[in-house]
Amino acid sequence: MTAIKAESRRPADETLGEALRSHGISRRGFLKFCATTASLMALPPAMIPVVASALEKARRPSVIWLSFQECTGCTESLTRSHATTIESLIFDHISLDYHHTLQAASGTAAEAAREAAMRDNHGQYLLIVDGSIPLGNPGYSTIAGVSNLDMLRETAEGAAGIIAIGTCAAYGGLPHAAPNPTGAVSVSEIITDKPIVNVPGCPPIPVVITGVLTHFLTFGTLPELDSIGRPMAFYGQNIHDRCYRRSFYDRGLFAETFDDEGARKGWCLYKLGCKGPVTYNACATTKWNNGTSFPIESGHPCLGCSEPDFWDMGGFYRTLSMPTGHFSTALGYGVAIGAAAGLASALLGRSERDKARSAHEKVSVDDLDKGGSS
Amino acid sequence: MNFTDATRSRVEISAEADLTHNVRPLLHEIRHALQQLSQTGETHVIDLRRIPMAPGEEARILELLGEGEIKATLTVLGRSTIIETAYAGVWIITHYNESDEILGRFIEITDAPAILKSQKEEIALAAAQLFKMLSADQPTKEETRNDSDQS
Repeated sequence: MTAIKAESRRPADETLGEALRSHGISRRGFLKFCATTASLMALPPAMIPVVASALEKARRPSVIWLSFQECTGCTESLTRSHATTIESLIFDHISLDYHHTLQAASGTAAEAAREAAMRDNHGQYLLIVDGSIPLGNPGYSTIAGVSNLDMLRETAEGAAGIIAIGTCAAYGGLPHAAPNPTGAVSVSEIITDKPIVNVPGCPPIPVVITGVLTHFLTFGTLPELDSIGRPMAFYGQNIHDRCYRRSFYDRGLFAETFDDEGARKGWCLYKLGCKGPVTYNACATTKWNNGTSFPIESGHPCLGCSEPDFWDMGGFYRTLSMPTGHFSTALGYGVAIGAAAGLASALLGRSERDKARSAHEKVSVDDLDKGGSS
Repeated sequence: MNFTDATRSRVEISAEADLTHNVRPLLHEIRHALQQLSQTGETHVIDLRRIPMAPGEEARILELLGEGEIKATLTVLGRSTIIETAYAGVWIITHYNESDEILGRFIEITDAPAILKSQKEEIALAAAQLFKMLSADQPTKEETRNDSDQS
C-alpha cells in the first residue's frame, strides 16, 4: 500500500483494485493489503475475503479536516500510524482536500480549496473534526476570520458523515474541563442531523483513526457505534477486561505505590487510580508505538482518556472506588468520580490556589491533583 | 529463530511467570483448529494483534511453536514472511511495511496459506503471457522458407 507514491496520484474514478494493478501490485500484494486492512479495522480474519471484494471496488472519498480548539496531538498521532503511512492515506486512500497542518496552501488559497471540495463533492465528502468548539465567545477560536461554530455548521451541511477525532471533538475534552472557560462543546452538541462517529482518546490510537477511515473507504458506510457514538470494533471492550494485569486484580494483588514490590512485579494498578474498569478503548490489544506497549504495560494507570469528562474524574491517581476522602469530608460528597466531584475539585482547588497566590505560596502538582485540600 | 522482532524491547519473562497465561489457551486453540483441519479440512486464522498479550507472551508462543521445513519470503508492499512451524499445518505469517515495521502477524492453521499459493488470476495471465512470448519468437512462414532456401 505504501508503494504508490505521491507522483502517481490516482484519478478520482479509479478504484483501489485498479490502482494497485496499474502499479504492478500482484494479487498476493492485494491479499496482504486486505489482511492487514481487516486487522486494522478490528475485523475477524474470516472477513478478509469480504474486505478484498469491497476494496477491489473502493473509490477515493474527498475528506475535509477541520481543527478547532485542539493541540494537534491527534494529527501527530495519525501521522505516526505505522500501518498506513500518511502519504498513502492522502494519495491513495482518501483525497485529503483541506487540513491546516498538512496542506501546503495557506490563507485564501486554503479556504478556496475547502470551498471547492465542498462544492464539487456536496453530499459525499467526509468531514473530520479535531478539537472542541467554543460557544462562550466566537473570538476564542477562529479560522480565516470565521468562528469555529460557523465553519463547522457550513462544512457539515454537505458532508456525508462526520468523524470527531479525539476526546475534544467527541466530548469536549480538555477545553471542556471545569470550569470550561470558553464554553467548549463537542461536535455532536452542535450538529444533530448528520451521522457522527466519535473516535475519542487523548490522542486516539493511530491505527484506530486509520481503521475508521479505512472502514468508510472500504464499505462506504460508518461503523457500528456504541451508546456514545464510538466504533464498537475499537471501543467495544473495556481496558480492564482486556488488560493482561487483570488476573492480579482478581486475586487482590495490587501495586500500592509506584516503587513497591507490587509495582515491580507488574501487579494491578487499580489502587494507583487506574481508570481501566470504566474506560473503553483498544489500548490493551492494539497498543501504541507499533504495538510496543500501552500505559499500563509501562507501569502507569490508565487515565481514561477516551471517556467523556476524563479530566474531571476526581484525580488521575485516585482509586475509582475510594470515597473522595477530603472531598467527602469537606463537601459531603460520597462518590469519587463524575462531573460533580470534578466540579468540587475545581472549586476547592481554585480556592486554595487563590489563597496561595495571595500569600505568595507555591502550589505543588500534588496540591493541584488533590484539589488543594490535603 | 527471529520471531522476536516485535518484542525485542520488551521485558523478557518466562512462560511460567504469573501473568495472563495467554500462552496455554492459545496453544489449545491451535490444537483444536488442527484437529478440525485434520478431520474436516476447515482452516482457521488467529490475528495476534487482537489478543491482549502480556510482555514476552507472543515471543514465547512463537518459540514454543518453533520452525518447520518451509520458510518463504514474499516481497511485495514490504516484506512478508511465511513460516511453517514445527507443527505441520500451523503457519506464522508476518507482514511488514516498507520500513520493515510489523503490520500484522497471523497464525494460520491450513495445509498451505492462500498467500503462498500461485493466484488463479495470475496463473491465467501467466499462460497468456507465455503464449505471447512464444508467438513472438516463432518465425513466420516466410522466415522459415528463406531459412530453408539458404541451406
